[in-house]
Amino acid sequence: MIAATTIRTPGVSWVGIAPVISLVAAALVIVMLKAVFRRDSRVFDASLAVAAAGIAASGYFLWRLWHNIHDTGAYLTLNKMVAVDGFSVFLGTVVLAAALLVLLLSSEYLESHGIASRPEYIALLLFSTAGMLVMTTANDLIVIFVALEALSIPLYVLAAYDRNRRRSLEAGMKYFVLGAFSSAVFLYGIALVYGATGTTSLSGIATFVANVSLIDTGTLLAGLMLLLVGLGFKIAAVPFHMWTPDVYEGAPTPITAFMSSATKAAGFAALLRVLLTAFGTYRTDWRPAIWALAILTLVVGSVVALVQTDIKRMLAYSSISHAGYVLIGLEAGTRQGLRAALFYLFVYTFMTIGSFAIVMLIGRRDDRHSITDYRALATRQPLLAGLLAFFLLAQAGIPPTGGFIAKLGVFASVANNPAFADQRGLSYSLLVVGVIASVISAYFYLRVIVFMYSSEADEPEGEEAARETEAAVRVDIPTGVVLFVCAALTLWVGILPSVILDFARNARLIF
Amino acid sequence: MNGFPILTAIIVTPIIGSLLVLCTPARRPELARAVGYLASVATLGFAAWLLWDFQTGVRTFQFVEENRWFDALGVGYIVGVDGFSIFMVAITAVLFPIGLLAAAKQDHRVKAYTFWFLLLEGVIMGIFLSLDLICFFVFWEAMLVPMYFLISGWGSQRRVYAAMKFFIYTAAGSAFLLASILVLGFLHQNATGHLTFDYRVLAQWNGLASSTEKVLFLGFMIAFAIKAPLFPFHTWLPDVHTEAPTAGSVVLAGVILKMGAYGFLRFSFELFPKASVYFSPLIMTLAVIGIIYGSIVAAMQTDIKRVIAFSSVAHMGFILLGIFSLTIFGLDGAAFNMLSHPLTTGSLFLVVGMLYERRHTREISEFGGIWKSAPVLTALFLVATFAGIGLPGFSGFVGEFLALVGAFLAHRWWAIVATAGVILAAVYMLWMFQRVFTGVPEGENAKLRDVSIREVVVVAPLLAISLFIGIYPKPVIDRVEPTVERVIAEFKAKTDYKQPEGDKLRHAAERGAPSTGSRP
Repeated sequence: MIAATTIRTPGVSWVGIAPVISLVAAALVIVMLKAVFRRDSRVFDASLAVAAAGIAASGYFLWRLWHNIHDTGAYLTLNKMVAVDGFSVFLGTVVLAAALLVLLLSSEYLESHGIASRPEYIALLLFSTAGMLVMTTANDLIVIFVALEALSIPLYVLAAYDRNRRRSLEAGMKYFVLGAFSSAVFLYGIALVYGATGTTSLSGIATFVANVSLIDTGTLLAGLMLLLVGLGFKIAAVPFHMWTPDVYEGAPTPITAFMSSATKAAGFAALLRVLLTAFGTYRTDWRPAIWALAILTLVVGSVVALVQTDIKRMLAYSSISHAGYVLIGLEAGTRQGLRAALFYLFVYTFMTIGSFAIVMLIGRRDDRHSITDYRALATRQPLLAGLLAFFLLAQAGIPPTGGFIAKLGVFASVANNPAFADQRGLSYSLLVVGVIASVISAYFYLRVIVFMYSSEADEPEGEEAARETEAAVRVDIPTGVVLFVCAALTLWVGILPSVILDFARNARLIF
Repeated sequence: MNGFPILTAIIVTPIIGSLLVLCTPARRPELARAVGYLASVATLGFAAWLLWDFQTGVRTFQFVEENRWFDALGVGYIVGVDGFSIFMVAITAVLFPIGLLAAAKQDHRVKAYTFWFLLLEGVIMGIFLSLDLICFFVFWEAMLVPMYFLISGWGSQRRVYAAMKFFIYTAAGSAFLLASILVLGFLHQNATGHLTFDYRVLAQWNGLASSTEKVLFLGFMIAFAIKAPLFPFHTWLPDVHTEAPTAGSVVLAGVILKMGAYGFLRFSFELFPKASVYFSPLIMTLAVIGIIYGSIVAAMQTDIKRVIAFSSVAHMGFILLGIFSLTIFGLDGAAFNMLSHPLTTGSLFLVVGMLYERRHTREISEFGGIWKSAPVLTALFLVATFAGIGLPGFSGFVGEFLALVGAFLAHRWWAIVATAGVILAAVYMLWMFQRVFTGVPEGENAKLRDVSIREVVVVAPLLAISLFIGIYPKPVIDRVEPTVERVIAEFKAKTDYKQPEGDKLRHAAERGAPSTGSRP
């Protein structure tokens, strides 16, 4: 009889998963609102408010968790499937901040592009963000997989959201096909790792590989490499980056900003946790792989960006090369490297969202993003041009911006490698490639600045007439807020980095 | 004086000025100008005060301020001044108000120009005063941005190309600098358990293996050699110099090129003494090549600014020759030249800028007979030329003479070859003077307007200082020499370096006190 046995359900720390719950709840409310008040035009405003409330609640819970962890320590919950630690709170904050900024950008974009069914857009964004939050806390390969799908499927839809543009549809389709493929590879990796260790729990794997010395590590390492492929796709590391330029170019610009910041942070959350906790003892095996990934990503990302003529594609390649810098921190394999990677992700989020916000404003009219359209922007829109120049210089790592401190951090983590003295050559070579890549990247960021600050007189004949009709770009208030927040944070972190550095320092993994 | 953070004031005053300029309305350029003058003259005042209070005969850093910046990487905000940096600060403070005054006639986007110019001044002061390697690097890299915008915004025809070239060249050099700084800091941490980028601590450490030291020295050297510029890293210089606006050229020749030489003096020597001794013949050779090559190429140019640009390559060759002779004479001479060259070349660029304003060309063949139509301008140019080619009585002579003496003591043949550069300098400068200023004026040259009072005021102070320290170099030498002795003493203590016979330190050591200089 069923009634005779007691079923033991795992203990649940509701506070630990409250950030996710509040986002999902907000998203569900929005879906219901839309379903009930089908024709009411106020639904969109209401859903914006609900979404903001959801994100605020989620942020509040993260803040509570941060203090809980500080006072009583990190813990596992839900049958050790979910890890509530400083690491997850840190990256959760990054993801939430990105979601909020993108939300602010979106209303303007949706309006100017005449996109119907806007509340659903907001709901999808929240679902995806919830998936990312799960990703940051996941302590089990299966949970990582579920989170991966939960964050990706709304993104496939969002990438294709501007249905009237073929580019957008193409982006969605491409992202979906390749994303599904990479999910399959990831799943295969889980299967192999499970076959080798008998568990999918990250902490379980860590215990297993620490205590059992396998005679043949082939299956385990093959599984690990497949996991790397799957996650490499999400963070857009070369050679798994092929989708990035097309999807970034075609997707609605706020979604591009979201993919390049939040998705990347979530992907790195899983990658860092899997490699550093579960496979921490196999450092010597995966470090060369990450080394190769980092070098390829840095070199291809920055070299191919040189020849782009479309600014969204250029920023896509630049975001690829940024993944390379975060990988440098991971390659160090130390706590310092982890801190540097986290700090980089934090700063990068604001630099990149700021850049895309301006790209969105400038290309609003006809969704053309050719770099030549930025010619003489400084005379027409001095403030916007100045801000974009600032964000680009920050991405190039010029002090006194946060981008410099971020690069300094990752370079420092490979320059300092006492724990792995035998692999010091690897680290130093990565350091050299990293600094060279940052010079190359300075070139393509500067190229945009050159266009912006060239004068009208340099313009080829004929273009001038077309520009005359173009009215000045008006900056709406939410976008203005986004720009201000991004610029202020980028500058502040560059001049007084201690607060965020301490935040990253305390963002420890539970193991 | 006690407690007043004068060095911070010198760095921050221009930066605050630049932010104030941002707040002025764009329609009132005179306000921006006024703020510009005010901030740069205030900085000059602070610098003068610093020079007044600077103690002679002290080997270590003075006016040191120490604050922590961010602990995660052990980075601090540490500033201090010694014999190497004091005159660089002074000359920077002199050149910037003059640069603003020289640009008083141009009314193209005055606000933005003044903003970048003041920002550049603050950042350059930071470079010369920082004693924390990361902090130094921050200023070093941040300098690129204002310089980029100055060249690309206010230069001549190919300004965008030149600005880009400047940015990329310098960024490429500094990339290796950053990598080397980080490796040095962490090697120090691994050896001593203490993470710091404080220059004074790292200079004391002396724990590097000599092979590591060589690699790191090369990492630093690339950055400094590009900036200096040392042959064969000089290719950016002529383009950038030619395209930059007048004040930009003045600052570039006067201060930015000196950063490379300063980097060698300040950082390479005391951080990597063994490698410095090891590489000194190589760098001296390159310096001599730079002198001869720069002089010959300068003679062949058809553009006045390019002549002066290549002459800068040659002059920087003398400075680097003096530095890497590793003698007291040579180092004194190099440090002296680092003060003198901005004065002479700065005046030359200013006068050429005046010619360009009048004729909108810099082609030598377009000019001729200007001495008839503009005698005062010609006189200014002639004096500047004499000062530049090292006529005795001007500062150029003292510096080059000391540098050559140092080189002669260390490596005789290098000095003998380099001496040819002094003669070549006279050849190309006087030849250019002859073609531009003498003869019978025709066409526009006959109607050329002579200089205004403002233009005389711009150039005259530089030439006056050059003449003064050329006749009476003691105040400069007195302040530089203790630092030079400190460096030489380090070489003796840490390496198998032997001071050549006839160099001065022996006497100083016999006296048992730091020399205060007794050169006639």
